[in-house]
Amino acid sequence: MTVEAASLKAVQPARGPKRSQRSVGASVGLHAALVVASLIAVFPVFWVLVTSFKPDAKAVETTPKLLNDSSLDNYGRILAGEKGDFLAWFGNSVLIALMTTVLAVFLSATTGYAASRFRFPGKRSLMLSFLVVQMFPFAVLIVPLYNILLALGLQGTSLGLVLVYCTTAVPFCTYMLKGYFDTIPTDIDEAGRVDGLSPFGVFWRLVLPLARPGLAVTAFYAFLTAWGEVAFASAFLSAADESKTLAVGLQVFVQQNRTEWGHLAAASILVAIPAIVVFYLVQRFLVTGLSSGAVKG
Amino acid sequence: MRRFLDRHWYAYAMVLPVVVVIAVLVLFPLAQGVFFTFTNINEGNIANPILDRPATYVSVGLDNYLNVLSGDASYGAFWGTLVRTLIWTFGCVFFHYTIGLALALLLNREVRGRAVYRVLLILPWAVPAFISAFAWKYMFNAQYGIINQALRFVGLPDPVWLGQSDWALVAVMIVNIWLGVPFMMVALLGGLQSIPGDLYEAAEVDGATPWQRFRNVTLPGLRSVSSTVVLLGIIWTFNMFAIIYLVTGPNPNTRILVTYAFERFFSGASRDFAVASTYGVLILSVLLVFAGVYRRALRKQGEVW
Repeated sequence: MTVEAASLKAVQPARGPKRSQRSVGASVGLHAALVVASLIAVFPVFWVLVTSFKPDAKAVETTPKLLNDSSLDNYGRILAGEKGDFLAWFGNSVLIALMTTVLAVFLSATTGYAASRFRFPGKRSLMLSFLVVQMFPFAVLIVPLYNILLALGLQGTSLGLVLVYCTTAVPFCTYMLKGYFDTIPTDIDEAGRVDGLSPFGVFWRLVLPLARPGLAVTAFYAFLTAWGEVAFASAFLSAADESKTLAVGLQVFVQQNRTEWGHLAAASILVAIPAIVVFYLVQRFLVTGLSSGAVKG
Repeated sequence: MRRFLDRHWYAYAMVLPVVVVIAVLVLFPLAQGVFFTFTNINEGNIANPILDRPATYVSVGLDNYLNVLSGDASYGAFWGTLVRTLIWTFGCVFFHYTIGLALALLLNREVRGRAVYRVLLILPWAVPAFISAFAWKYMFNAQYGIINQALRFVGLPDPVWLGQSDWALVAVMIVNIWLGVPFMMVALLGGLQSIPGDLYEAAEVDGATPWQRFRNVTLPGLRSVSSTVVLLGIIWTFNMFAIIYLVTGPNPNTRILVTYAFERFFSGASRDFAVASTYGVLILSVLLVFAGVYRRALRKQGEVW
């Protein structure tokens, strides 16, 4: 858990040989490696995108084609609700993912700040327990969780599910943010205190705005945790079709329509779009945010 | 006491919400889960608040542990499954780390279009897991999947990837490696950027070869980053059930400890909560032992966390 002020600098000069010094062969090799890796990274998503425009029957032909009677029909039918109440699922997912994001960022920011700035008895065991709770496969605890949510009157509500997601997202996010707060000089806190701010005021007005890259990564992580999750969502939301999340709805769709590859692909693309939009918004913070955070532990 | 609170109340107020949520939604269920491992609880004898039926499960002592640890096939063949879990975990994390490090080293150079490459390479992380699983399942299909079509095209054998053979394990490992590289790459890239440039300049002045610079500057500079992400990677991969569950379902050739816990939990007529929880506790124990050994090994090298 070292403090490295160097990692505060968002953009640093690269350390390899300068472009001008590099031989043509080395440049070609570098680009070739990056292009191949990028193709492998993108291809599965690209292939689902290609498939999503094909009619179901054409999606399983023995010679692959980019275009094969492609049209927007699959998307039209899904959005029109022929394959389940897609728009309602979408709304539920957005609501639950956003609530999880806001709550998880808030909880891990306060905890991460306390762990970064204050020495208090129990701090070490708190941080260790965050590591340990990631070791247990929590989905096998659905039964006790169900009973607790029922006792709290939260079973079947979005809030209950959001709280469960927070327990999976917060431990890692706290580690990440603690590391990020460690890179913010404590002089800033002291200056704030001298100017008469309370510790909460320092946190809220000075440190949080400076920690934006770390917060962005935390938000990304929390959003993804909630967006694609199936097991908890199917256990803790009511079974009524209109209260499902996208992941649960799509899972049911997959089980009922194993052969409708074209429709499945189109639905997958619709689900992936919001996650990719969130990713695109935060991606420029990812390296700085994560590096000073998770990584220095 | 008074002074104690005066000094620490800010800190406690800030961690309190998390402690409450974790205690209620993690520690309490965990304690109950551990309790379940000493009973024969399942779908048929659990208390059902909706039907107003009382619980009728009974204590069975250590039977669950004895049954599971005997390695009996009807209890998931624990030892064989543990070996497969270790192959899965270390295989995946090894490739996550090496590929992630290689890509991070490439991206840390001055290269035209670096921002674009970075976005494309991180993309697998942003795609929800069940969609990646769907995409790969479609691509791995034995007849019309594009992977076998490509293999046939270049004249290589085309295995039935997701069938009842070890190819299925290879396939899910490929999917999980694809999925996990971006996290390692981003983390290591951040680590590389925090190594002071002076060190490289000094090494160059001393006439160090690129390999020596990598061995003696880059790797030591990445040590604290690496030790954290490798530990997290191992914990996450060990418990990564989504990919296996979604790509191959309950296939014994891809069964790892956590997916078997799920099989017991979700499938079968009498959803067996007791054995599922027993597996959960055993998984926790294995990981705790591992983390202890890992920490001790790091401490010998002078690392503390």
